[in-house]
Amino acid sequence: MEKITLSVHNLKKVIGKKEIIKGISFDLKEGEVFGFLGPNGAGKTTTIRMLVGLIKPTSGSIQIGGYNIVDNFEEAMKHLGCIVENPELYPYLSGYDNLRHFANMLDGIGKERIREVTELVGLKDRIHDRVKTYSLGMRQRLGIAQALLGRPKVLILDEPTNGLDPAGIREMREFIRFLAEDEGLSVLVSSHLLSEIQLLCDRVAIISRGAVIRTDTVLNLLSNRERVIWRFHPFEMGKEVLRSVTTIDEREDGSISTEYDEITTPEWNKMLVEAGVSVTEMYRKMPVLEDLFLELTGGDSIE
Amino acid sequence: MIPLNKLIHNEMMKLIAKKRLVVIAIIIGFLVAMFTYAQYKEVERQREKLGTDDWRTMIQQTIIDQQNRISSARISDEWKKQLQISLQQNQYYLDHDINPSEPGAPTFMRIFLENSIELFIPLMVMVIASDIVSSEHSQGSIKLLLTRPVKRWKVLLSKYITLSLAISLIVAIAGLLSYSISGLVFGYKGWGAPVLTGFTVSDAGLNTASVKLIDQWQFLLMDFGLVWLVAIVVGTLSFMLSVLIRSTAAGMGVMLAALISGAILSNMVSSWESAKYFFMVNLKLTNYMNGNPPPIEGMTLSFSMMVLLVWWAAGLFVSFFVFTKKDVF
Repeated sequence: MEKITLSVHNLKKVIGKKEIIKGISFDLKEGEVFGFLGPNGAGKTTTIRMLVGLIKPTSGSIQIGGYNIVDNFEEAMKHLGCIVENPELYPYLSGYDNLRHFANMLDGIGKERIREVTELVGLKDRIHDRVKTYSLGMRQRLGIAQALLGRPKVLILDEPTNGLDPAGIREMREFIRFLAEDEGLSVLVSSHLLSEIQLLCDRVAIISRGAVIRTDTVLNLLSNRERVIWRFHPFEMGKEVLRSVTTIDEREDGSISTEYDEITTPEWNKMLVEAGVSVTEMYRKMPVLEDLFLELTGGDSIE
Repeated sequence: MIPLNKLIHNEMMKLIAKKRLVVIAIIIGFLVAMFTYAQYKEVERQREKLGTDDWRTMIQQTIIDQQNRISSARISDEWKKQLQISLQQNQYYLDHDINPSEPGAPTFMRIFLENSIELFIPLMVMVIASDIVSSEHSQGSIKLLLTRPVKRWKVLLSKYITLSLAISLIVAIAGLLSYSISGLVFGYKGWGAPVLTGFTVSDAGLNTASVKLIDQWQFLLMDFGLVWLVAIVVGTLSFMLSVLIRSTAAGMGVMLAALISGAILSNMVSSWESAKYFFMVNLKLTNYMNGNPPPIEGMTLSFSMMVLLVWWAAGLFVSFFVFTKKDVF
């Protein structure tokens, strides 16, 4: 059986009279990247802040590496590395001093480990510069270096690609995959972008209004939901051809949307061409979060 | 378990990197230089008024006059005692070649401390204390600080100890700078100069029965102790505000308002008796040593110290209670 590194059971948070988080449960396994997907305001950040000990849960339990975070805070936190929102390090200290600062708060982490993580995130050349001179991508990397200092078993990253450019996003993605696959860490990543979760995660929990509405592998959740968007003329003729093989959806902008299948979709294209319809546009479309939510919640709109 | 000294080391590193202490030292140095110049002008003016080198003959004259009056049988014992004290003081000035109207560096330092205990030193302390916690909030680094395997009370304790060290350093800097800068102009003599103390204020007015002369260095030592105490209390209260209020500016504003209201209240609350329980009207501890009347009747040195101690304990309790309990959003 795979080892469970982070276990959350029936987690609740009540602020005032309002129940913000309504009983969330999930487990993280060793070596997997777990996505936490939900629109802004769904309770992702509140949940993550409870996981890292910044907010006290009203009820429920969180276990990191087998230790309860409320009863045994110090032991539990030894197994955890995290970045909550942006990595807000001390701008007036150098990158190295920042790492030294956080190494001082861990047992038995010395210069050697600081050098290791610096090299791992590729900041060796700039590590003695002040953080205020760093670009956002470099800060993000320093944040990761800081999170990895204590050799954690669980890494929690809240919106890790926020504000990064496409190259930075790609780099971050590869790095996170590397940490999970090669180093055996469990990584919890939160995001409001479906495409990102899809590319990065093994499993995903979809959260809405403070509750997990579904936990599943990315494959199960998103396959069968891809669509193809078509444009062609003559329009009516093409529509008839597609209608004869599948259900079609006419979109407002004058295009047609059908389901996607690796084998049949190219055949439909062939049929269209043979029928004398010229296809001007044809592309695969990932389901958007809103659509997925609509489907999963049965029309329950996003707050 | 993480040893506390590592955490204190962290806090010191941040404090030094922020260069607050340097700024404070520059401000103190600048003010001391300004006051030294003002004092120098005053001395010059007096010298013009009294004639140049006549202060020795003048003191000699006073001493003879006082001796005559003491030996006269008609005056009361109490009055005689006061004359005796004054005589001793004058004799000392003459013997040690100190012009009483021209202060040496130790005297300047004493006057500087006495005048800065109420507002200036607390202000400098506030510069450090009011952002030591709230800056972590406004920067967002609190999220990193509190997600380490270190309990919250320990994080806060390391900050408080660092603050106490910084406060001690500020008081030391104030002493050092006021001594060395003023000494350039007035000379460094006068450690042993006699200073009057031991006044008690009772309902009948100023009671001089137990007045005695002590050496200036002893007096200075007590002054430093009192200044340090006031600085720690004000620092602790600013620290509490820094925990309670996330905005550094707002915390500073509240503390500043309290300190200034204290300075104003001291001048006008003599009939509002319960105002004596405010910490800010109890800051001028050195006044008790000089025999200046307290702002409200019935206030004594030990009363003021008790009031400050209660505020200190309450501030510390609130800081730790709130910091260990509150959710960080």
